[in-house]
Amino acid sequence: MNNEAAIGHAHRDDLGSKMGMWLFLFTELLLFGGMFILYASYRYMYPDNFKVAAMHLDTLIGSVNTILLLTSSLTVALSIAALQRKQTRFSVYLLMFTIVAGGAFLVNKYFEWSTKIHHGIYPKGPEMANLSDGEVIFYGLYYVMTGLHALHVIVGLVFIGFMIVFILRGKQTFDNYQKLENAGLYWHLVDIIWIFLFPLFYLIH
Amino acid sequence: MDHVSYLDYKGKHKGLAGWLLSTDHKRIAILYLVSLIVFFLVAVTFGVLMRLEMLTPGRTIVDPQTYNTLFTLHGVIMIFLFIIPGIPVVFGNFFLPIMLGAKDVAFPRLNLLSWYFYIFGAFLVILSLFVGGGPIDTGWTFYVPYSLRTQSNVTLAVFAAFVIGFSSILTGLNFIVTIHRMRCPGMTWFKMPLFVWGLYSTSWIQLLATPILGITLLLIMMERIFGVGIFDPALGGDPLLYQHLFWIYSHPAVYIMVLPAMGLVSEIIPTFSKKDIFGYGPIAMSSLAIAFIGYLVWGHHMFSTGISDTSRAIFSFLTFIVAIPSGVKIFNWVATMYKASIETRAPFMFVVAFIVIFSIGGLTGLVLGALNTDIHLTDTYFVVAHFHYVMFGGMGLLFFGGLHYWFPKMFAKMYNERAAKWGLLLFVIGFNTLYFPMFIMGYLGMPRRYYDYLPEYKIYHIISTVGSWILVTGILILIINLIRALLKKERYTEADPWGGTTLEWKVATPPSLENFDEIPVVEHGPYYRENLIKPEKSH
Repeated sequence: MNNEAAIGHAHRDDLGSKMGMWLFLFTELLLFGGMFILYASYRYMYPDNFKVAAMHLDTLIGSVNTILLLTSSLTVALSIAALQRKQTRFSVYLLMFTIVAGGAFLVNKYFEWSTKIHHGIYPKGPEMANLSDGEVIFYGLYYVMTGLHALHVIVGLVFIGFMIVFILRGKQTFDNYQKLENAGLYWHLVDIIWIFLFPLFYLIH
Repeated sequence: MDHVSYLDYKGKHKGLAGWLLSTDHKRIAILYLVSLIVFFLVAVTFGVLMRLEMLTPGRTIVDPQTYNTLFTLHGVIMIFLFIIPGIPVVFGNFFLPIMLGAKDVAFPRLNLLSWYFYIFGAFLVILSLFVGGGPIDTGWTFYVPYSLRTQSNVTLAVFAAFVIGFSSILTGLNFIVTIHRMRCPGMTWFKMPLFVWGLYSTSWIQLLATPILGITLLLIMMERIFGVGIFDPALGGDPLLYQHLFWIYSHPAVYIMVLPAMGLVSEIIPTFSKKDIFGYGPIAMSSLAIAFIGYLVWGHHMFSTGISDTSRAIFSFLTFIVAIPSGVKIFNWVATMYKASIETRAPFMFVVAFIVIFSIGGLTGLVLGALNTDIHLTDTYFVVAHFHYVMFGGMGLLFFGGLHYWFPKMFAKMYNERAAKWGLLLFVIGFNTLYFPMFIMGYLGMPRRYYDYLPEYKIYHIISTVGSWILVTGILILIINLIRALLKKERYTEADPWGGTTLEWKVATPPSLENFDEIPVVEHGPYYRENLIKPEKSH
């Protein structure tokens, strides 16, 4: 490993910074990993109930949200590329698009949740008593996992908001863009977790 | 280049703020040290009170509910606030950069943030005692469904553990990047001191296991606040899944506790044996092996819960396998001491005590890892004795060992060695008097966490309680001796008091703010001595 780079720039080690971010992303994956284990176990325990419950989720909203997140991930990646090519303004526009798409995702999620809650399907909700154990668990997992994911979407949006400020103030530039890249990595994580949540809750019937 | 030591350095902030806001890894280490010792003494006090309660059958000093909170708080504080952060945050923070020939860790500000997470978590633990339903009474494992039903303030306490977990993850992440990126020229992977290997393995476990605990604790909170039902059998949830998730973290966590201690042993033994370490490679690799296999043995905490025979056999087998790398270490340490001209200074005596006590703990662990004996011994005092032998006798003893080894370097003061040895002797006598009877009464059937007991166990409980008094006397002698050394006026500036070979003995005492005037270039292994063939006989 090249140590001279680390010593030459005592206060800036891009590779180290990126490595730290990747390690942090591992911990995030494991955080959700625990939930995925629970999902797998309960699906094995209650296969029929899970099928019934999954039928009641709106695949259309799920698909729209998937497209939104995937596109927003693309724009983050493009924004880094734009910054590297000194297209600062374009890079900021791309990040703004990401924030809009991420925001739209949350709005969709809000309507999806409130419809369910309106029908009395939420933990301790009036409708839950009529459901089977497996369905209760399914919705429990659904709320916890998508809720935790939505929390990550919000955190990611805040990060990206900061990146816009940094770029506009000239703190992230074409030769110093590690923070933006890390924020991008985080956003891709948010994206990839959704890629797994979507089929598990919406598509597998 | 200035030679101002890290103790005297005056930066942007003065006085206490100069410590609380400093991102210097050495000052952060001292912040941790002070906080850790405070929480250690608090938890020791709870432990002593528990032993006092068990002195006689029935009520001695507290009622049953208070006893439940005592053992819970003793466990929670000891594990989350002392043993798990323990050696890495104090000695790792202080010495990892110096041992690697670096000026600081990779992310100094993140390092300070970790301390604030730790303190915030500790604050929440304390807060949970006074608000809501009062102090938790679930035991440190927070097992469902009781932790979902009890009126005590579980929600806040598990949130505290969650926050402290964050601190642990960030420290692990910081150390891994530091070890990958900050090694000085010539410091190849296999020229790193073995303490660094211990920290490296530990950091991976911290990073990869703690998130599972995080999500598990979050789910407990969700259950209690919203009633999601994931672990609640009344709603179709499976409490056993909670135990799986909990131990997926909490078993590797015992290696978080003990691997740095083992790394420390590998530092102290060559220093006082005046020899190169025997079997550098196997010791380094056994740390990684323990970290890896330690991941796959969590099921041995659940042998009596009704999990399938196949999985029980596999978990039992893997538990036996994990003993092998620990054995490799012990044999290599003993081989290093073989035919060495050993200086029996205070830090070395801690290591000797560690090897004996830890071996007892390790071997009784195999008794518990075997399926048939475990059924007899599970949830008895035998288990309590076993994990105190490995945790307290492993990490706890070595925490003090490391403190005595590095104290002169950290504080530029030298303690009274006779007092330290007497303190250690009382520690060891008290320790065995306290915990060895627990093996016997556990074998006879005394269940753990019970408030009351049958008269036939009385004699063991009396011996054990007397042992706790001796042990506490030893601990107090050790700590007061160090505090007296701190109060000495004159500074101790010997750079290398023990004849150590690793980089921390090459820098000034106390280390300067940036550790090194010039980044060193390493040519030899960490324990290389020029006079390797003819040991120096000056003592």
